[in-house]
Amino acid sequence: MKLFWSFMLCAFAVLLPAVNAHGQANLEINTPAIAGLQRSMQQRHAQLAPYYASGAVGLTRDGNIALRDANAVPLPQRQQVNALIAAENQDRGALYREVARANGHPEWETDIRNTFGQRWIERAPPGWYYQSAGGTWARK
Amino acid sequence: MTCLFRSGNRNRLTLAALLPALLVAGCVTINIYLPAAAAEKAADKIIDEVWQLKEGGAPAAAKPAPGETK
Repeated sequence: MKLFWSFMLCAFAVLLPAVNAHGQANLEINTPAIAGLQRSMQQRHAQLAPYYASGAVGLTRDGNIALRDANAVPLPQRQQVNALIAAENQDRGALYREVARANGHPEWETDIRNTFGQRWIERAPPGWYYQSAGGTWARK
Repeated sequence: MTCLFRSGNRNRLTLAALLPALLVAGCVTINIYLPAAAAEKAADKIIDEVWQLKEGGAPAAAKPAPGETK
């Protein structure tokens, strides 16, 4: 009987890392919906990039973007910038939802949004603005 | 703990049934949570694509403003 328990313990010890490794496998991101959103955001980025650089637009902690300094945008362009921000946030929301759904866990959406929020900020080039933990704007 | 094993066949049977059950539960539990490393990897892949961080090795910030052509 002692042997049996030793065996069970070994089996558990051997299987646990294997199960963990399985959990760390890649997430599915190659779906038509995700590819479409990626393309749409990539095209919009060319228009948004100057506003990130000037500090008019910043990255929020929840994986979105927001108008940080309206004064940095000339009056005639403000409406266009607001429209760009709204469209970008809509795509980002859809992206987080689609990644969660593509992996069979719609309930992961918020976690995925938070992970993206951290990564967008982490990967942003110097000079861009982001929302720090306290909610205030900081510059990279 | 050893007392538990000695206190009869029934307890042993219960434990024998419990351990595999725990094992299965462990598998399910792990899948309930978003795998953090995989999520970061997926995020980085998408961010590279959207911000074009990998193309030509030049970061997006170094790119000329839109409208300006090479």
